[in-house]
Amino acid sequence: MIPNLSALENHFGAAAAGSDDFAGLFSADAADQLALEFPTCNDFDGFQKATKEMVNNKKGTTTLSFIFDKGVIVAADSRASMGGYISSQTVRKIIEINPYMLGTMAGGAADCQFWHRNLGRLHELANKRRISIAGSSKTLANILYSYRGMGLSIGTMIAGFDETGPGLYYVDSEGARLKGSRFSVGSGSLYAYGILDEGYKFNMSVEEAAELARRAIYHATFRDGASGGCVSVYYVGPDGWKKLSGDDVGELHYHYYPVQAAPVEQEMAEAPSAST
Amino acid sequence: MECVIGVVGRDFAVVAADTSAVQSILVHKTDEDKIMLLDSHKLMGASGEPGDRVQFTEFIQKNLHLYQFRNNMPLSTAATANFTRGELATALRKNPYSVNIILAGFDKDAGASMYYIDYIATLHKIDKGAFGYGSYFCLSLMDKLYRPDMTVEEAVDLVDKCIKEIRLRLVVAPQNFAIKIVDKDGARDYARREIGGDSPAAATATATIATTA
Repeated sequence: MIPNLSALENHFGAAAAGSDDFAGLFSADAADQLALEFPTCNDFDGFQKATKEMVNNKKGTTTLSFIFDKGVIVAADSRASMGGYISSQTVRKIIEINPYMLGTMAGGAADCQFWHRNLGRLHELANKRRISIAGSSKTLANILYSYRGMGLSIGTMIAGFDETGPGLYYVDSEGARLKGSRFSVGSGSLYAYGILDEGYKFNMSVEEAAELARRAIYHATFRDGASGGCVSVYYVGPDGWKKLSGDDVGELHYHYYPVQAAPVEQEMAEAPSAST
Repeated sequence: MECVIGVVGRDFAVVAADTSAVQSILVHKTDEDKIMLLDSHKLMGASGEPGDRVQFTEFIQKNLHLYQFRNNMPLSTAATANFTRGELATALRKNPYSVNIILAGFDKDAGASMYYIDYIATLHKIDKGAFGYGSYFCLSLMDKLYRPDMTVEEAVDLVDKCIKEIRLRLVVAPQNFAIKIVDKDGARDYARREIGGDSPAAATATATIATTA
């Protein structure tokens, strides 16, 4: 019987083995063939990065927003990370565009902050009155669309209250602009959606809604390493936005999961003293 | 994955499209309208990158309106198709729009007609067609079941068969579809086929599907 040794083969073939990049690493000698299967591509780091970006490119954040009968809730975590390094735990990812409109940021912080501030100013200067949510999100989407493919990385929600009532739009740097009643953006968004979709109702008290948002962000920070810090929750009603809470996720964890006195399985016996 | 389907009948055309906004594995929303009413008698079903899709279809729509204001007459469906193709072709070697389009319209003289326009600016006059992964499942179905003298009910029934097949065989099948129609009375919404999402219609649809299945 011939054992199946296919896992021992290296898949780079003769071309890769002969190339300068891998010279010495992969020789044709059977003696030092690789025991592990290598991926069948020349640039594994690039492949891995591309795969990660394909699954979610607005990294290192969880933000969410939803419309309910009393207005809009906007919530976000506060962690900023640079790869594996957590560069700040106190970032304000919810940007106060004007007293009736909020923006969230995911992706490049500088990109988001700059365009949001710009957005509020641009319109007030031009029209001397408050901009509608639809209008501002469209302005932003058009700006982002014009910079498309030039390296901006933004996933944002524009939420607030205008003459037509509550409004919520998702806008990203690929030029998409979606109107909706419930969005979550960022690497933790998938976890946040789980909580949000399960608990969402249109008729809720502001407290209930805020609690739902808080829980969704908390659970996202629990599972997503790139999200954390504090959970800030904003409410936008007919009279403008109000910050409802900003809780450390560590505190929230002990609030949601208080320490349980675990039954002791084995008591450590008193060690016999050496002196007696 | 995105699916846009179109069928031309005796004196009308039906366009159906999924209503999902998807990014990689995440469904952003399930009620995104991908069939635009260009003017009173034209429908444009588009699939492609979300940014490009909205920007391009709005651009075409606004230009049609401009033409109508200037000349006091609307552009014919054929002219619109050629205009759209031209815009895609000009953009193709600069910064191409990634949009595939099914354009359907009704003209007084020519009757109902439909055009296939893809992102590399191919233009075909067709009487049945589809884009996206869904097309692999429904083109054959349409080849078999299509007749040029179909009534509205028969055409919508054909579209329903296509939607059913997509939902049965396509791994990443979208949940909801919108069906629009254009005939001598204009372009308008016809129906929605929903099995999920937030809308109250979807909840009842889920219930009916559960009972019929």
